Amino acid sequence: MGWINIYAAVFNEEHPGLLDFSQRYGKQFLWIAASLILAIFIVIIDNRFYFFFSWFIYGTCMLLLILVVIFGKEINGAKSWFEFGSISLQPSELAKFGTSLALAAYLNTRRQDLTKMSVMVPAASIILFPAMLTMLQPDMGSAIVFFSLFMVLFREGMSPYIFVSGLLMVALFFLTLLTNILYLTFVLIIIAVILVWFATRKWKLVLFGSGIFLFIAVIVYLLDHYFIKSFGNELVVFISLIFSGAAYAFYIYTKRAASVLIIYIFLIGSILFVNSFDYAFNNMLPKHQKDRVNILLGFKTDLHGTGYNVNQSIISIGSGGFTGKGFLQGTQTKFKFVPKQSSDFIFCTVGEEWGFLGSGLVIGIYLFLLLRLIFLAERQRSDFARIYGYCVVSILFTHIFLNVGMAIGLVPVIGIPLPFLSYGGSSLWGFTILLFIFLRLDASRTEYLI
Amino acid sequence: MKDSFINRKYVIMTLIVLAILGLLVRLFIIQVIKNSYRISADNNVLRYVTQYPARGLIYDRNGKLIVFNQAAYDLMVIPAQTSKFDTLGFCDLLGISGDLFRKQMKAAINYSRRAPSVFLKQVSTETYARFQEKMFLYPGFYVQPRTLRKYSKPVAAHILGYVSEVDDNITRKDPYYKPGDYIGKSGIEEAYEKEIRGRRGVKIFLVDVYSRIKGSFANGKKDTLAIQGANITSSIDLDLQAYGELLMKNKRGSVVAIEPKTGEVLTLISAPDYDPALLVGRVRSENFAKLQSDSVQQPLFNRALMASYPPGSTFKPINGLIGLQEGVITPETRFACNRGYLFVACHVHPSPLNIVGAIGNSCNAYFCQTYRKVLENPAYNTISDAYEKWREYLNEFGFGNKLGTDFVNELKGFIPTSEYFDKYYGKNKWKALTVISMAIGQGEVGATPLQMANMTAAIANRGYFYTPHIVKSVGEDHVIDERFTTKHQIDIDTANFEEIVQGMEEAVNSGTAASVKLKDIIICGKTGTAQNPHGANHSVFIAFAPKDNPKIAIAVFVENAGFGATYAAPVASLMIEKYLKGEISNKALQQRILDLNLGGNKSESER
Repeated sequence: MGWINIYAAVFNEEHPGLLDFSQRYGKQFLWIAASLILAIFIVIIDNRFYFFFSWFIYGTCMLLLILVVIFGKEINGAKSWFEFGSISLQPSELAKFGTSLALAAYLNTRRQDLTKMSVMVPAASIILFPAMLTMLQPDMGSAIVFFSLFMVLFREGMSPYIFVSGLLMVALFFLTLLTNILYLTFVLIIIAVILVWFATRKWKLVLFGSGIFLFIAVIVYLLDHYFIKSFGNELVVFISLIFSGAAYAFYIYTKRAASVLIIYIFLIGSILFVNSFDYAFNNMLPKHQKDRVNILLGFKTDLHGTGYNVNQSIISIGSGGFTGKGFLQGTQTKFKFVPKQSSDFIFCTVGEEWGFLGSGLVIGIYLFLLLRLIFLAERQRSDFARIYGYCVVSILFTHIFLNVGMAIGLVPVIGIPLPFLSYGGSSLWGFTILLFIFLRLDASRTEYLI
Repeated sequence: MKDSFINRKYVIMTLIVLAILGLLVRLFIIQVIKNSYRISADNNVLRYVTQYPARGLIYDRNGKLIVFNQAAYDLMVIPAQTSKFDTLGFCDLLGISGDLFRKQMKAAINYSRRAPSVFLKQVSTETYARFQEKMFLYPGFYVQPRTLRKYSKPVAAHILGYVSEVDDNITRKDPYYKPGDYIGKSGIEEAYEKEIRGRRGVKIFLVDVYSRIKGSFANGKKDTLAIQGANITSSIDLDLQAYGELLMKNKRGSVVAIEPKTGEVLTLISAPDYDPALLVGRVRSENFAKLQSDSVQQPLFNRALMASYPPGSTFKPINGLIGLQEGVITPETRFACNRGYLFVACHVHPSPLNIVGAIGNSCNAYFCQTYRKVLENPAYNTISDAYEKWREYLNEFGFGNKLGTDFVNELKGFIPTSEYFDKYYGKNKWKALTVISMAIGQGEVGATPLQMANMTAAIANRGYFYTPHIVKSVGEDHVIDERFTTKHQIDIDTANFEEIVQGMEEAVNSGTAASVKLKDIIICGKTGTAQNPHGANHSVFIAFAPKDNPKIAIAVFVENAGFGATYAAPVASLMIEKYLKGEISNKALQQRILDLNLGGNKSESER
C-alpha cells in the first residue's frame, strides 16, 4: 500500500504549523495515535460489517447531525460541534463516510438504473439530506462536500446532462457575481445561437430564429417603454424569449430537432438560474458569506475585515518563494498573522516554509493519492467497494481543492480542513475512517459482498 | 459484470487533474513570479525602531562645556494594543489631566490604530522611573529614549539657538527628516545642523500579529547604530560672554567682540535675551510663544545681527581713512571748528585739529569738511562717482552687505547707493551738503553691531579682516568653512590706518573716552552717540586692545543711554580688561554699570 507511506509523509509536514502550539501539538499527537488504533480496528473488522451496517451508520450520523443543529455548541457562528469535556466532536466529519457507505450500499444493486428517476431520486436524497442538515448549521464547506458526491453518481451512470448542468451552474454562479445579468443573458443567447448552428448546420434556421427573437424583443421593448413601463430590460428579454419559444417549438415539433430543444431548455434554465441566484445572493445569503464571495472576486478590498484572512494567507504563501523560508523560519506563521493557521489555513505554513517546491510536492502527493484511489476503486470487483472508493475520492478532492484554493485566494473562504494536515480530531478521525474502510474493502477485493 | 460507464473514470480523472493543475499554476504565480508578497510579509513582521542619535556637544574656545544632553523619554502608544486600564491611575502616574489623556489618545487613534505615535513628549527621568515600574499594567504603551539639550550656564541663547521638532514643512522639503525628529533652529544649532545632528540608526525587530516584539531581526545584523553628532567648539569665551551678559543686564543693546587676528567671535550679546533652558523639552512651545509675544522686551530678537543702528561718531574713523586714502586730506590737514559746521553742531574742544586730534575729540566739523572733500573730489566727474567710490570702501569693510558669517540670519545694514539719492532728490539735485550727516554716521546709514565690530577688527589689523564666525572647529578633524580662513584685504594703506589708530588711542587716553582708560592696557576706541528718532540717543563705543598686536575688537551699543562715553565705553573697557587680564581693577565703574537699569529684562527660567 504505497499511500500509507504518503499518509505518514504528509503527516510529518504538519509539525511546523503546530510547534507554536505545544498544547495543540500534543493534542494532535494523541489524535494521531488514537486514529492509528482506530485504523487498526477498522482493518480488523470484517469487510461485510461495513456493508450490512451501512444504513445503521448513516442513520446514526444523520441523527447526530440533527442533534447538533439543536444542541451543538456554537463556534464561529456555526453549530457544528458537540462538546464532551475538553474534547469536541464534529459529526459532519463522521457523516461524510456514513453517507458514502449508504450511497454505496444503495447503488450496489441498482446502479445500472441511475438513468431512471425512481433510482436517481433516492440516491440524490441520500446526498442532499446531510447536505441540507449541514447547511442548517450552517457549514457551507461540508455541504459542498456532500454535493460533490454527485460526481460518484455521474460515474455510476447518472445522466451527463445533470452533471453538465451542475458544472454549468457553478460556472454561472461565478459569472453572475462577476458581470451584469443583462450582458450575461445576451452572452447566453449568443452561445445558444452558435450551438444551434453547430447542432443543425443550417444558416437559414439560425438567422430565422434570431430574427423572430429580435422582432418579438423589439415589440415587447416598445410596449414596455410606452405602455407598461415596469418590465425592466431583463424581463423584456426573457418574455421575448418565451414568446419566440412558441415559434421554435413549432420548428422542433415538425423537424423533430431534439438538439434545438435541449439547447433552448438549457438557455431558459440558465437564465432562470442566473436571475434566481442573483436574487438569492443579494437577498438571502448571510452577510459574512456574501462578503467572502465579494472579496474573492475582488469587488471589495477590506484588508482588515473579512479579507484579512485571505490576504494574509496569500502573503504567507507568496512570501515563501521557490524554496521557502525553511523549517520554522516562516515569519508570517511564527507570528500568527494568519488566523486559524493550524486548522483551515494549514497550507500557509507549508507554502511559506517550504516554498513552491514544498507546496507543489504536497499537492502532487494529493494528486497521486486521488489518482491512486481511482485506480484502486476501478479494480474492485464489488460495486459497493468501487462506489465507496469514488465517494472517498470525491470527498478528499473537494476538501483539498477548497482548502488549498481558499488559502491561495482561488475560492471563497470556506471553513474546511485539509485532509490529514489540518489540526482537529474529528476531521482526522473522519478521514482515517473514510480511508481505512476503503483500505479494508480493498484488502478483500476478490470477495463478493453478496 | 459489464460496466458501461467505465470510461467516465477518465472524465473524472481529467477534472481532478485540471483542478489540481489550476492550484499549481496559481501557486507558481504567487510564489515564484510575483515577489510583492515577500515585501508584504516583511512589512507585516518587521518593525523599524529609530535609534535617535545624541546631538553633538558644544564647547567654548577654552574647552568649557556649554551645551550637553540629558536623557528624556517619549511615551509612545499603539492604540490597537491597549486594553482597558485604569486611566485615572495612569494620568496620576504621569501627572497629566484626563482631558489631555483623552485628547492625546484620540490624536493617536486618528493617526493610526496600529502604528506607534507619541503619546507624551519628553517625560522626565523621574516620571519615567515611576512609570517603568507599572508599565506592565498598560499594554500598548512603551518608551522611546530621546535626548534633550542642557546648558551649563543660562547664557548665549542667541549664539546657540535651540532645538525643536520638525514640522510638516521641513519633512516635505527634506526627506531626511521624519515626523518626530528634532532640528536645530537659529544659532549654531541651525547653522551646523548637518554636522551636529549625527546619524539616525535603526533597529529592526520582529513583531507578531499583535505588534508584540518577538526578538531582533537576523540577530541584529541589519541594524544600524545611531552615530552621535559631531562636537563643536565655538569661538566664544564662555566667561566673557557671561560677564558681558551680566553687564548688559537691565539694558537694551548689543555687544560683539571679535578676535581680530582670526575673525573669531568672542562674545555676541543681544540684550535683553533669554535663558536657553526655556526652549527645551515639553515647555518649549509654551515658552516660545511667550517669548515671541513679548513685544516690549523682544527677547528673541537678535540685535547683534538683526538691528540696524546709525553708527554715529564711531563712523568717523572710516571716513577719516577714506579721506586719507583718497588724498583729499593729509595727516597734517587741520580744520577749524567753531562749535560746529553749518547746521551740524559740535562740542567744546581745542581747535583747529589734525586727523589724530579730530578722532580723539570726535570733531564733527573736521569730518564734515573731510566728507565734503571726498565727495567733491575733482578726480571724479560727478558727486555720484565720488560717492560710489566712497561706498566701495565701505563695502570693503563689510558694510551694506551680509558679512557671510555662520549665523543663519544676518542683516545687510544700509549704505544707500547714489541711485537712492537720485530717486529721493532727483538726478544731480543732491550735493555733498545734502548727505553731509553721513560724515558723522547719521542719516541714512545703518549698520549692525556685528558689522561695527568687524570694522573695528579691520582697523585693529590695520587693513584686513577675516569673516567673523562663531565656530572654531567642527568634529574630529576640526575643519571649518574656507570662507572663514580667507583674508579680506582692504584697499587702504597701512600708514593711514596708523593715523586713525593714533586718534583712537588719544580718544581713550585723553579724549572723549578718557574716563575708561586702563592703567596697563592701551585701548584704542571711538565713542559714538547715535541719534535715534524713537527716543534718547544710543550710546555707542568701538574699541580694540592692546594697541599693538590687538587681541580683542569690540563694538558696544547701549540703547537710549545717551553719550557713548557714559555707558558703552565703560562696558567695552570692562570687557576688554576681563578678557585680557581676567579681573576688573575699577570695581566702582563695574558697579555703576551693573546698577544701571534701562528697563531691559532677561527672560529667565527657574533653575
